[in-house]
Order: sequence, then C-alpha cells, then structure tokens
Amino acid sequence: MKTAEQQDTAIHEIKKRSMTGEVLSRLVRNKGAVIGFIIILIVVVACVLAPVIAPYHYDDQDISRKFLEPCADFIMGTDNLGRDIFSRLLYGGRISLQVGFIATGISALFGITLGAISGYYGGKIDNVIMRVLDIFMAIPNLLLAIAISASLGTGIASAMIAVGVSSIPQFARIVRGPILSVKGQEYIEAATAIDASDMRIIFRHLLPNVLSPIIVQITLGVANSIIAAASLSFLGLGVQPPQPEWGAMLSASRVYIVDHSYMVTFPGLAIALLVISLNLFGDGLRDAMDPRLKD
Amino acid sequence: MWRYIAKRLLSMIPVLIGVSFIIFTLLYFTPGDPASMVLGEQASEEAKNEWREEYGLNDSFWTQYFRYIKDIVTKGDFGDSYRNGRSVTSSLIDRFPTTFLLAVCTCVVAMLVGVVLGIVAANHQNSWIDAIARVFGMIGISMPMFWFALLLIMFFAVKLQWFPVSGFYGPRYVVLPAIALGLTHAASLMRITRSSVLDCIRQDYVRTARAKGQTEGVITRHHILRNALIPIVTAAGTSFGIALGGAMIMEQIFAIPGLGRLMVDGINQRDYPIVRGAVMLLALSFSLVNLAVDMLYAYIDPRIKAQYQGASRKKQKTEAEEVQA
Repeated sequence: MKTAEQQDTAIHEIKKRSMTGEVLSRLVRNKGAVIGFIIILIVVVACVLAPVIAPYHYDDQDISRKFLEPCADFIMGTDNLGRDIFSRLLYGGRISLQVGFIATGISALFGITLGAISGYYGGKIDNVIMRVLDIFMAIPNLLLAIAISASLGTGIASAMIAVGVSSIPQFARIVRGPILSVKGQEYIEAATAIDASDMRIIFRHLLPNVLSPIIVQITLGVANSIIAAASLSFLGLGVQPPQPEWGAMLSASRVYIVDHSYMVTFPGLAIALLVISLNLFGDGLRDAMDPRLKD
Repeated sequence: MWRYIAKRLLSMIPVLIGVSFIIFTLLYFTPGDPASMVLGEQASEEAKNEWREEYGLNDSFWTQYFRYIKDIVTKGDFGDSYRNGRSVTSSLIDRFPTTFLLAVCTCVVAMLVGVVLGIVAANHQNSWIDAIARVFGMIGISMPMFWFALLLIMFFAVKLQWFPVSGFYGPRYVVLPAIALGLTHAASLMRITRSSVLDCIRQDYVRTARAKGQTEGVITRHHILRNALIPIVTAAGTSFGIALGGAMIMEQIFAIPGLGRLMVDGINQRDYPIVRGAVMLLALSFSLVNLAVDMLYAYIDPRIKAQYQGASRKKQKTEAEEVQA
C-alpha cells in the first residue's frame, strides 16, 4: 500500500518537474525573455545595493555643482540642486520596484480572490461582484488611480493602493472565465463528492488551471504598475520630492528640458529599460507556458 | 437591435450611479478641509462654518450624496466650484471638447499606425518589416508616454521648432500630443492586430480561398480582416478609454486647457465638485464609446447580429404568448 503511494508521489514529482522543466527550457530558448530577465536581475540587484553602489546620497545637495553635464564624477550629470542623478536613479528604482510589485500584489490578491469566488459560486454572488467590477471598469484605469490617490493623499503607500486597486478588475476577469469553464468538469464533481471544502476546491483544483495566465498577468502588471505609479508622481500625486521616484524626477526636470535635456533623458530611460525587460520576460513567459498562443 | 441599444443604455444607469457613488465617497473622506483651503487657514471658524453651510457641507453624507445626484438628474447641475463659485457644468462644457478632440485624434493616430502596421507585419511574418513592427510594439508599450512626449518636445519643438512647445490655439498644437499619445497606443493596438490577423491567416478558409485562386488583396480584405476585426475593435474601444486617461497627462505637459488639467487643478485645490464632475463626464463618454463598440460588433459580425435579432424575436414571441395566455 505504502509503496503504491510512494510510487504515486514519485510519478507526480516527475510530472511536475517535467512540466516546469519544459516551460523553463522553452523560456531559456527565447532570447528576448532571457535578456529581459538578466536586465531585471541587474536592475533589482543595483537598486537593492543602492547604498553600496551609489557614489552619493540621493539627497546630497550642493548648489556649486548644479547642472553638470554627464562626466566622470557624475556619470549621468547633476540636477538643479547639484544632486547626482545616477545615485538618485538607483535609490528611485527601489521605490519604483516596490510600488510595482506591491501594487501588483494588491491587485492580484483581490482580483484573483474575487474572480475565483465569482466564477465558482456563480449566480447572485457572481452577479454582484461582476456588476461592481463593471462600475470600476467604467472609469479609465489611470483616471481611477488618480481619483483614488487624490483621496488618499500623497505618499508611496497611497500610490501603491491607488495603482493596485485600479487594476483589480483585470485579474478578476482573467480568473473568472477559465474557472467558469472548468467548474463543470468531472474532477471537480469528484472533489465535491468526497466532501472537499470550497476553499480546497478553489485553491487545489480550480486555480492551478489559471496559473499561467495569472503569472503572465503579474509580470505584465508589474510593468504597467511602474508606469502608472510614475504617471501619478509625474502629475504631482503619489510619491513626492525629495524622494527620488523616477516619475517624480522626470516631472521635476521637465522645466529644464530646453537647456539640460540629459536631466529628462536618464530617468525616462531607466523606466523604459525596466519596463521593456519586464514586458519581454512576460511575453516570453506567456509563449513558454502556453505554446498554443505563440505565433 | 434598437431594443438592444435601449437595454444597454438603461444598463448604463446603475453603472454611472455606481461611479458617482465611488467618486463621491472617495472625495468625501479625503483628508483636508476645503473651507480652510478656500478661505485660508487664518479665516475664523465662524466664516469657515458659514462657507460650509453655504455649500451644504455640514449635512450628512447621504443628504449630500442624494442632493448631488438629484441636482444632476433633474437640472444637469454638477454643483458649483469651491474656488470661484462658477457652475461646474459650464466649466465641463467649456473644457470637454478639447479633451474629446485630443482623444479622438489620438485614436485616429493609434488606429492608422497600429492597425495598418499590425496587418502588414502579420502578412509578412518573420520578415524585416515584422521585426521592426515587433520592436516598435515592445518599445511602445514599455515607454512611459509622458517621457515620450518630453522627447518629442525636445526634438520637434525645441530643436527643429516645427511645432509649438505648449498651449492650445490651433490644429498645430494638437499634433505633438496626439502623436505622443497615439503612438504609444498604436503599439498595443499593433500587437493585438498582428496576433489576431496571424490567427486568421492559419484558418482553413484562407487556404481554400488561396486554392481557388483568389487574389491576395481580396483574401486579406474579405477573408482575413473581416474575421480579425472583432478583437481589434475591442482594443480600439479600450484605447479610447486609455486616451481619455492619457489626455490628463498630455494636457499637463503641453499646457492644454482640457478636462484633465481642470481635474488635476481641482485635486490640488481641493475643488471636489470639479473633480467629481470631470470623472463623471469622462466615465460617461467612455461608457458611450464602449456601447458604440458593441454596436459595431453587430455590423462586423453577422453572427452576433443574428443573435440579437434572434433574441429579440424570441422574446417578442414569448411576450406574445404571454399576452395570449
């Protein structure tokens, strides 16, 4: 009896590993995804180690060295207060990454839960949840984020919540559809028959079906959240100066666009580079997880 | 069909009420006292209270909310601005055309570039055109549009001086913001078009059309595009929403006096009636565009049209039966 069980788990292990392995091997063969992943890794490490790498503190002001063009001492130049732009970018990346990941975490957590409940229970609950989400979808995403962050006031936390909440409906929709279609399958019936709890059915049997779109959506969601958060601080909401958030830096340097264009170039490049890598990786992940979608 | 439109229009009502409730609640609980913002911190408590009384801010949440809805429904009145006492409705009417124009121009740019490039790329899959299109798509969806706008200003307005840096006094002023916003959407539209067209290219009926010697142009137009259009139209509808949201940022960068500027200024000055009105109006126009997109489906896809007609006919039948019974 025990050996049979062991055999079962062994087979299960092999199957599991080969599935992940297959996805990984497909992912590794995708040049874009690999490049994206490497850049993400470099950016994350650089930002985490910002206090070690950065030559200056992000708020190290010195008017005597303001508006220095990129040179050996200040590889990306200095801003209007003489602060080193490179150092500020490193510190700012920490904020952008934090906001990106936590905001996506918020939207994933609530979106997946709502979508799963909606799809699994159906009927009235489904109706109520979907109608409420319809209301949120009627407001363009960025507009909703602006409204939420206006009411929460400025700051990193408010930016995270604003960006996170505004993309909850997307996650809910991704999860609900497949769950609706899988719900009727025999193995769900079997699970119900052996008296598995609703929670168990949702988490063990239903959600794994939607795992790949969820993972892809999370990767792309981080990219979008970073842009959305930058947009908020660009508008003067969300993260505030002297915090070196990338969008806030762009917004502050906009005044000097005519004479000191390098001030605008580097923060924008930083956002674009990080977001491109996330998108490349997300696209690669999608192709690897669901080869049918690949063109 | 008319039945369906009427039904959809009716179903917008609860959504818009929901939007108004969300926005009203959000702004109601916003920290910061509008009275002190308008009258100044030093104003006496009496004066502040009088001011609050005048704008009905001392009433309970529900009284305020229902009065707000009632005024909108019965009089089309979105309240008065805290700042200058001007009617919000007239400010909205002043500003809306500008934002709408910008959003429409953006969508035109996005559709022209995105859809055409997507079709060409899909038709020449894995060629150099396709490669360029894919790079464009990747960069486009990743580049923050406000940065792209700044780069455009740097190059076309400051260096080449082809277009004005900011302001809004004529068609020339729309070009840069529409391109900045439009090209970023064109990227996502291009990606969707490309994959949608690629999907159709592999269908059996396309092979059949080729086999019977149909010309490539006709195949592209009648067999592929017609079928690939649904996801493209959906994306175009969403991109209008994004354009409305993006217009907020473009108006900020290019100093365009539109709804977005009005709203951001309103947020900064705690002028909540303005913010509420702007969000409501933008949500309304977004919902209407989405309704129009749904209508378009029926024209593009006869199957969907048949569904509507079938449903309404069936309904008429059952209703007739009920009457008879």
